[in-house]
Amino acid sequence: MSTLTVERLTVGYGDGAPVLDGLDLEIADGGIVALLGANGAGKTTLLRALTGLVPARSGRVLLGGADLTGLPTEDRVRRGLALVPEGRGVVAELTVDENLLLGGLWRHRAAARRAAVEEMYDLFEPLARRRGAHGHSLSGGERQMLALARALVARPDVLLLDEPSLGLAPLVVAQLLGVLRETARRTGLTVLLAEQNVTGALSVADRGVVLSLGEAVADRPAAELAAEPALRHAYLGF
Amino acid sequence: MDRLVFLLSSGLARGAVLALFALSLVIVWRAARVVNFAQAAMAIAAVYVAFAITAASGSYWLGLIGGLATGALLGAAVEAGLMRRVPHTTPLPGMIVAIGLVMILQSGLSIAFGPQHRTMRPPFSERPFDLGGVPVLSPYELFVLVVAALVMGGLALLFNRTSLGLQLRASAFAPETSRLLGVRVPRMVTVGWMLSVATAALAALLLVPTELGLNPFAADLLFVNAFAVAVIGGLDSPAGALAAGIGVGILSSLVTGYVSASAAPLAVLAVLTAVLLLRPGGLVAAGKARSA
Ligand SMILES: Nc1ncnc2c1ncn2[C@@H]1O[C@H](COP(=O)(O)OP(=O)(O)OP(=O)(O)O)[C@@H](O)[C@H]1O
Ligand SMILES: [Mg+2]
Repeated sequence: MSTLTVERLTVGYGDGAPVLDGLDLEIADGGIVALLGANGAGKTTLLRALTGLVPARSGRVLLGGADLTGLPTEDRVRRGLALVPEGRGVVAELTVDENLLLGGLWRHRAAARRAAVEEMYDLFEPLARRRGAHGHSLSGGERQMLALARALVARPDVLLLDEPSLGLAPLVVAQLLGVLRETARRTGLTVLLAEQNVTGALSVADRGVVLSLGEAVADRPAAELAAEPALRHAYLGF
Repeated sequence: MDRLVFLLSSGLARGAVLALFALSLVIVWRAARVVNFAQAAMAIAAVYVAFAITAASGSYWLGLIGGLATGALLGAAVEAGLMRRVPHTTPLPGMIVAIGLVMILQSGLSIAFGPQHRTMRPPFSERPFDLGGVPVLSPYELFVLVVAALVMGGLALLFNRTSLGLQLRASAFAPETSRLLGVRVPRMVTVGWMLSVATAALAALLLVPTELGLNPFAADLLFVNAFAVAVIGGLDSPAGALAAGIGVGILSSLVTGYVSASAAPLAVLAVLTAVLLLRPGGLVAAGKARSA
């Protein structure tokens, strides 16, 4: 019911060559899809275009059959899309608690909002200890946790994650991905996970999509992609 | 001693009005990252409406409410109709548009109402209370202080304790992140302008009865001083605006009383210069990077 469909999406910056060129992609309901590709392949661009932060030159984005193409970012979010951007985007001037409440504002009324935030504190223990701390005082791992928790508070149908592992210790990454996997299984959340950390991403994902030269050049079950040396060599460089 | 107490108390009232107007500049700066040079002209336009309502109804209070509402509407109209359409890549276009707006509003008011000062009667007496022979605070000054305190307290509650306030702050600090969390940022900018201009209108409304009267330029000096106050306080900080407003109000009252009225602006300028030299970000500088 919340299938994310991308139809002939073309996105570029300025009047340069398009970064995404007529991209077709379908992310079926439920499960984790890894979005892979070399540096500069356009993963971030795709996620930002899906949320409307970067305008598309042409093509459509549909969520559960509804066309999101003309909508501003905040309305796409209110239709069930969430993005945890690269570099995390924690609001440094607000406290952990305020960041979380902000995430749930459009979704929940006051009492339910509080409950949803408390749920996140159960899920991410370290955040509970730092409720009153300002965003700028958090460590990188705590920020990533907060950004993820803040996205989950709104109970999105589709969660877009841009390089959550960037700059984090392997153990923290494993924890985050574990939470993600567990949440996806429990709630039917769909996750599109852009990662350079191919091994980590494919180990939690059900499917893998490889972007190259503006197109999706491979779209396979994750296990197959991980096991196929030719594909890895061709598109992932190892 | 009597003189000192009198000067301090009237400086306090003057400072409250300054702080209120400076706060209005801080609010719009935080919401939209513009220094609204049209703030005084917009506030005075609202005061004209308040004046007309009071004249027609005979009630100061109806005029006050009408003036505040006009300020809010004017803020919304200027933001949605004008400022939103100006490119935001640099601050300059917004400033130029604001300056153009000043000219239009002030000429419009002059054409409509003439340049003369219209006397605005305060709702309370301006004769100081007599405390054992020492004149302190007139009832009107007391009223100004109470209103300013209530409004500032109310704004503080609004910004820090309500979900609207949370969205206003988030939109100001991190517009893109806020949109990603479903906050209607353009609407928050409009609300910021409404709150700001209504607050400025209130400050002008409180000021005018203590000065020569209402004319299209009646809040210009208030704007200049309040702008200095906002910069001294650190343009981003409501608490800074409050502290600097009270401080500057008392300072210029003391200088006026002990030196001369014409030395007061120089004293304000000296403080501004000193603060900018010693703490270029203002007294309550944001300090931390606004990277996230
Ligand atoms: N704001 C921008 N202006 C101009 N070009 C841009 C902009 N952002 C990205 N690009 C270009 O678009 C291309 C795709 O960048 P993008 O950030 O989407 O890649 P990515 O797959 O996320 O890379 P990485 O794995 O390094 O994060 C790159 O060639 C990049 O230089
Ligand atoms: Mg990227």
